[in-house]
Amino acid sequence: MKRRNFIQQATAGTALVSLGTFGLQSFSTINQAKKITILHTNDVHSHIDAFPDDDPRNANKGGVARRATLIESIRKENPNTLLLDAGDIFQGTPYFNYYGGELEFKLMSKLKYDAATIGNHDYDNGIEGLYAQLPHAEFDFISSNYDFSNTIMDTHTKPYRVFKKDGISIGVFGLGVELNGLVTPANFKETKYLDPIEMSQEMTRILKEEKGCDLIICLSHLGYDYGENSSKISDLKLAKATKDIDLIIGGHTHTFLSKPTVVENIEGKNTLVNQVGCYGINVGRIDFYFDTDKNKSANGVSISV
Amino acid sequence: MRFTHLIYLLYFFVFLNCKNSKVELSKIEGSQIQITDTLNVDTSVETFIAPYREHIKKDLDSAIAYAAETYSKNDGALNTAVGNLMADIAYEQANPIFLKRSGHDIDMVLLNYGGIRSILPKGDVTKGTAYKLMPFENSLVVAAIKGNQINDLVNYLVKAKKAHPIAKLKITLDKDGSLLESKIKGENIDANKTYYVATNDYLYQGGDDMTFFQPNDSHYTLDYKIRNTLIDYFMKTDTINPVRDDRFTQIK
Repeated sequence: MKRRNFIQQATAGTALVSLGTFGLQSFSTINQAKKITILHTNDVHSHIDAFPDDDPRNANKGGVARRATLIESIRKENPNTLLLDAGDIFQGTPYFNYYGGELEFKLMSKLKYDAATIGNHDYDNGIEGLYAQLPHAEFDFISSNYDFSNTIMDTHTKPYRVFKKDGISIGVFGLGVELNGLVTPANFKETKYLDPIEMSQEMTRILKEEKGCDLIICLSHLGYDYGENSSKISDLKLAKATKDIDLIIGGHTHTFLSKPTVVENIEGKNTLVNQVGCYGINVGRIDFYFDTDKNKSANGVSISV
Repeated sequence: MRFTHLIYLLYFFVFLNCKNSKVELSKIEGSQIQITDTLNVDTSVETFIAPYREHIKKDLDSAIAYAAETYSKNDGALNTAVGNLMADIAYEQANPIFLKRSGHDIDMVLLNYGGIRSILPKGDVTKGTAYKLMPFENSLVVAAIKGNQINDLVNYLVKAKKAHPIAKLKITLDKDGSLLESKIKGENIDANKTYYVATNDYLYQGGDDMTFFQPNDSHYTLDYKIRNTLIDYFMKTDTINPVRDDRFTQIK
């Protein structure tokens, strides 16, 4: 478990979690220091088994059965944990060719994934192929910018979800990549791609103002970055152009980040963008600590990644 | 009794206070955990996967044909036995489907050298062999393009001087490496005629800088994966023994 520990923050100073003393007066302080752990994967691409020991690049890495052990131990340490996936669950090993994604969904259910968003490769057996595997998924598919209303997937995805953990409301919404040019129209049928920035504005408004979420997470399959000259929307661009998103969990570009990227959003606040490569080689972990106003550092949220 | 009530009241008061005072985000920590063999395997998950894995392994490992020799895409400069095999298989497997659907025969096949992902080893040929040769999900596409675009295609191959797999197309280079002759099914290429070229969807979309498939009169997606053309061919064939031939050569 490697943890990079240099402090990176917009404002100086680290918040101290005050434990206080036991007793009536510090009752509130003790009870209200809370921690939410977010675990995430992306682009696992049907990599159920660990890479073999003769693999030139990823020997002995990955494997769902090992990931299960890790997740279980983190959940024991902190029951207030959410497990999320940013899409491209399907395609990449014969498991998908033989079982069409059934095993992938069943295993994610066994690992108690809370939600996933939809990647372009999740259409590889057509939208019908995705729909056919839904009974094996005991977690939600969250997609805010695919309009499925004229497709078989209609009503089978949610535009957002609010999870409650230890009294903290965590709003999650999901963004998919433009399908035209990536997926054959015969496979995505009448799935309509809606503008990710516009939908993010709408989702954050609902989650922040209407639902009063303490934390907002975007599950994105847009891709991390396409460079300054590209007109394509990416996680970095999205983070800059929006507000109220605490964390963007990305996918699609198979980007191995050494640490989450801190991006200044449109309001000058920090948004974290993370992505953990592909094939289940890594699991990302972001811990959010909450405290009462009075214990919070006057200098804002400290970020150590 | 009254004192206890007071305590209750105090608790109640404090509790309400707790509820009302807003918690705020104070600190964020991020880390990445690599999944390595230092983590124990979860046995219940492992047991769950086992029957799926066994079924696939059995199916992938059972012999469906026999390869007379080991064939590599590096055995030959302009055409190779394994490349010829893949292009010929694409023609043989796809032409009946295309003919039935369109009423036309496929005129030629072009795949890419980079699309051959492994050797074809001597001995038992399995479905696993097909997965190694073609791990990607690319499918066959037939593009109807004009003869002048075929000439662009030929010029691309002449320039590349690489053993991109072809079938039904014959190219001969002179001593200097310039084009001497090119024929499709034994006939000269007519610049104005429409030709039906089978390729994979990656090249059709301009992969490997093969820009000559666009624009086109029409195109047909055959919903037939390259890998499945190999598996279907291996299933019906006893011995696989492709050869290097004269489909793309240079006069010495």
